[in-house]
Amino acid sequence: MTTWPILSVTTFLPLVGALIVYLSRGDDEAAKGNARWIALWTTLITFAVSLLLVWRFDPSVADFQFVERTNWLAAGIAYHMGVDGISLPFVILTTALMPFCIIASWKSVQQRVREYMMAFLILETLMVGTFAALDLVLFYLFFEGGLIPMFLIIGVWGGPRRVYASFKFFLYTLLGSVLMLLAIMALYWNGGTTDIPTLMHTAVPRSLQTWAWLAFLASFAVKMPMWPVHTWLPDAHVEAPTAGSVILAAILLKMGGYGFLRFSLPMFPLASHDFAPLIFTLSTIAIIYTSLVALMQEDMKKLIAYSSVAHMGFVTMGIFAGTMQGVAGGVFQMISHGIVSGALFLCVGIVYDRMHTREIAAYGGLVNRMPLYALVFMVFTMANVGLPGTSGFIGEFMTLLGTFKVSIPTAFFATTGVILSAAYALWLYRKIVFGALVKPSLMSIKDLTFRESLTLFPLVALTILFGVYPKPVLDMSAASVQQLVNNYNTAVTAVKAAALLQ
Amino acid sequence: MVQAIVFLPLLGAILAGLIAIFGAHGRNPSGDTVEHHDDAHGHGHASAAHDDHGHDDHGHDDHHVAEPAAAGSRAAELITTALLFVSAGLSWFTLVDVGFMHHDARIALLPWINSGDLQVAWALRVDTLTAVMLVVVNTVSSLVHLYSIGYMDEDPNRPRFFGYLSLFTFAMLMLVTADNLVQMFFGWEGVGLASYLLIGFWYRKPSANAAAIKAFVVNRVGDFGFALGIFAIFMLAGSTDFETIFHAAPGLTGKTIDFLGWHADALTLTCLLLFMGAMGKSAQFLLHTWLPDAMEGPTPVSALIHAATMVTAGVFMVARLSPLFELAPDAQAAVMFIGATTAFFAATIGLVQNDIKRIVAYSTCSQLGYMFVAMGAGAYSVGMFHLFTHAFFKALLFLGSGSVIYAMHHEQDIRNMGGLWRKIPYTYAVMVIGTLALTGFPLTAGYFSKDAIIESAYASHNPFALYGFLLTVVAAGLTSFYSWRLIFKTFHGEPHDEHHYEAAHESPAWMLIPIGILAVGSIAAGFPFKELFAGHGIEEFFRESVKMNPHIVEEMHHIPETVAFLPTVMMVLGFLVSYLFYIRRPYLPVELAETQPLLYRFLLNKWYFDELYEIIFVRPAKWIGYQLWKKGDGFVIDGFGPDGVSARVLDLTRQVVRIQTGYLYHYAFAMLIGVAGLITWFMFGFGGQ
Repeated sequence: MTTWPILSVTTFLPLVGALIVYLSRGDDEAAKGNARWIALWTTLITFAVSLLLVWRFDPSVADFQFVERTNWLAAGIAYHMGVDGISLPFVILTTALMPFCIIASWKSVQQRVREYMMAFLILETLMVGTFAALDLVLFYLFFEGGLIPMFLIIGVWGGPRRVYASFKFFLYTLLGSVLMLLAIMALYWNGGTTDIPTLMHTAVPRSLQTWAWLAFLASFAVKMPMWPVHTWLPDAHVEAPTAGSVILAAILLKMGGYGFLRFSLPMFPLASHDFAPLIFTLSTIAIIYTSLVALMQEDMKKLIAYSSVAHMGFVTMGIFAGTMQGVAGGVFQMISHGIVSGALFLCVGIVYDRMHTREIAAYGGLVNRMPLYALVFMVFTMANVGLPGTSGFIGEFMTLLGTFKVSIPTAFFATTGVILSAAYALWLYRKIVFGALVKPSLMSIKDLTFRESLTLFPLVALTILFGVYPKPVLDMSAASVQQLVNNYNTAVTAVKAAALLQ
Repeated sequence: MVQAIVFLPLLGAILAGLIAIFGAHGRNPSGDTVEHHDDAHGHGHASAAHDDHGHDDHGHDDHHVAEPAAAGSRAAELITTALLFVSAGLSWFTLVDVGFMHHDARIALLPWINSGDLQVAWALRVDTLTAVMLVVVNTVSSLVHLYSIGYMDEDPNRPRFFGYLSLFTFAMLMLVTADNLVQMFFGWEGVGLASYLLIGFWYRKPSANAAAIKAFVVNRVGDFGFALGIFAIFMLAGSTDFETIFHAAPGLTGKTIDFLGWHADALTLTCLLLFMGAMGKSAQFLLHTWLPDAMEGPTPVSALIHAATMVTAGVFMVARLSPLFELAPDAQAAVMFIGATTAFFAATIGLVQNDIKRIVAYSTCSQLGYMFVAMGAGAYSVGMFHLFTHAFFKALLFLGSGSVIYAMHHEQDIRNMGGLWRKIPYTYAVMVIGTLALTGFPLTAGYFSKDAIIESAYASHNPFALYGFLLTVVAAGLTSFYSWRLIFKTFHGEPHDEHHYEAAHESPAWMLIPIGILAVGSIAAGFPFKELFAGHGIEEFFRESVKMNPHIVEEMHHIPETVAFLPTVMMVLGFLVSYLFYIRRPYLPVELAETQPLLYRFLLNKWYFDELYEIIFVRPAKWIGYQLWKKGDGFVIDGFGPDGVSARVLDLTRQVVRIQTGYLYHYAFAMLIGVAGLITWFMFGFGGQ
């Protein structure tokens, strides 16, 4: 067994890195270089440590592993950490993507480099902590704390409308969070504890379930984001620096889905069941509505942001289908979307760094000068479209399959998303990459550098690997998802049986 | 051995892809800085580039590029072609091994998607149905590879082209060897991707890019149905493996699926959804619009993908799922209806087209309709027979057209041709052979398969049997007419473009050898296989791989003599009319077009389907998207949400600020009012009790 707290080390190692960056003072080129290298090595070591988690993780056990617990605050609020098959993939996703973000920011960020790197490292700690926390208060701290560095990253290193975007982002998410805090208090009064594993086995009265479920929904729906509280996302993405967009799309959005899996479904199964039609409706609207909106975008990042909302619609739909394939597909779709959308934002960042515009009309014919870029972008476009053989397909397919059993109309309308996604993604690709290279400004554009290839080719490999052989991810989460689905179904059938008896 | 057949093309694709990408990377430097030109300089560049690539006249199979060929072009060509020939040789061997020795095989490769009761594996399944497809795909593909070495000899991006071709072949092989619906879907979308890449191969042509996207998106509409069909099957049978599904199918009759209050018969609905996928891939009526546009791709691509293999995937799928379709007669009726309609409808459009490739494309569309008629009749092996023979003569016609186009320096309009038989006699000869086979001239390959389809339509008990029979007979006449029209206008009469005519020359041996082989196939692929596909050998040859309608073959053999002769009569009639129109009295078609302008325009504009879809789907989708973005997101959600709230807060603070005037007497007055109010409340409200 473990002799040292791997999970805490994974969580707080980036914080240590941030501290070192802080201590290495100076504002000259050397200091900037130091900050970059420290951040890179910190994230790499963190990733290596997190791989130990995978190595020692026992996928056949459904319960939490690597559990650490010490008393922290009074009244049973403890420092309680642990991961199961649902949270571990997200931890790995976070630690795996951070080095890419650091490398992607290597040249594009020249102002306040130290502060930038610190913000990212602190953010990593908070994100890993969110996925590993097993105490409601601890979770809330990490969950909300993540807002601050992200707010700063958008607000300080963002584009021209960064202030509007960062405030919109902050207000939206904070409003949801306040309601969640109330629900957390209510849960504490009901169960007498803030310990998540205990609460997962504590029966919650039906009326409280409804209100608590709605309060959690307010927070997670904004994070996800679900229609109609999605409008902060396009703005935030457009203004955020490249790496900020990557983190936002790849990891911060996943906190919403993770929240549904960790709280809504296991703690409030009856409310989840009652509200499933609502979620189905919102998800379907999200898929069709945002896909249509994506068709008309003129800004590359906005288009991808809207497509993210559509993809998250598949996730919420799958999760609340409450079937094995739906939930497992939701988890997989989130991981896959983390890789693919992150990579797409990196692709946008690459041409943005060269041309300093995200306007689709400013590009065209890049394939003539950037064949490597065209290849990479094609792979991610196809993954975004959900082509079988890429990771994007597995998640979409499983969520739809899982939903079909529960609600045929939902699956039917959601499947139209595959047509629309093909339309907008291929249109984007055509406008940017294909065609003759006639714009004078693009004549001297150059292909991917080694550094940029380093950020993209591993993601290409993962996209195809998980498309052909998704077993590692699916197996990691299978036992935990199975237990979650079983508990959910047991609770729902019990109530139905009781209703029949009366 | 099966692994070798399937994965050798993938290996070829990867190698050619690596050659292409390394070559391209070598020519285009890396760097994250952009040199900024002053405007004049930039314009100089732009116009130079424009001269090179600006020429994109519609309908020209063209590439005016003065780039040097990519490094390693010849290596990529030889590697992919050699691997494909090995694959093709092994496929023929497999056909004998499986068809006659009965060595069916199912080979598990890897687990794919495992989650709860969903167990999907990568596996190869080889039975007679698959073996026939293996032969078709690999034979045509290897010949097309060989042909492309000659046809593409001026193109600078040959490694990429051959990589795509081999990638396509791999995806198609995965499709036909699939052991479950999901893997079939993988191949299905994989060929879609390859088709998209190949149609858009000349990515500088806007029309090619548009056609590529159209092909992918329209196919996605079909795939929407296919995906839902898979979900429905999984819900009903609890698996996506063919064996399990077929085993469970008889128990599913009579079950219903509720959809928005509509109680649909489960199997019928499932089959219709799956058939929707087939309609998209096989360019059937309503989802056919992408196929003619796909002719923007290089001609070898049209021969391989849009004639012989990919577009027949829908037919193969229905044959593969024959145990389901046999249990859903209503779905079979729909299949026959759509098939017969397409056979007729596409043939009418083919009558008046002027682009040599588009004529052949509509002909393909029409012939695919024939195959679906046989599927609807329950004569699956007969449909497969036509698929098999059609692959030879249609690939021949396309490659022959390619040879004409090559000879004419990328001229595709048959109005500018004429008299070419003197210049390119070899191409002329093979084109005539292909036409004879297509029109069903006795003893050619098409004769056996097409007549068998028409007979099966007559003999079947499908509600649309008569409809199918009549339309296919009429379409046989139309086919004969437009095919001979193509031959007469291209090869006979007077040259219409002296300049091109004088320069016309026979193609290199790279191209002539493959079309020669296909010409032999167009004659020989019929008679030897007749008994196996449409006679008494079906049971023995196909065994369990398709589930035939139990009576159809017997009844086909007992139809009246006159009916059996009808297609041949129509063929002769079509030929005579065509001869009259284009050799004896060339003014007749012009007069006819002038006296019937409405009909002519209707056919020339392809029944106005493109315009119709533009109005019904494309524009509304864009309009709704724009409205949702500006009005939905911008006005409603943001307006009443964050922006609205922050605006109200600002308004409120402005009001509050206005109260704070700074005059002492204002504050004193407010205090006085307040105190008065407070006292009143205490006295009459709370204090009064």
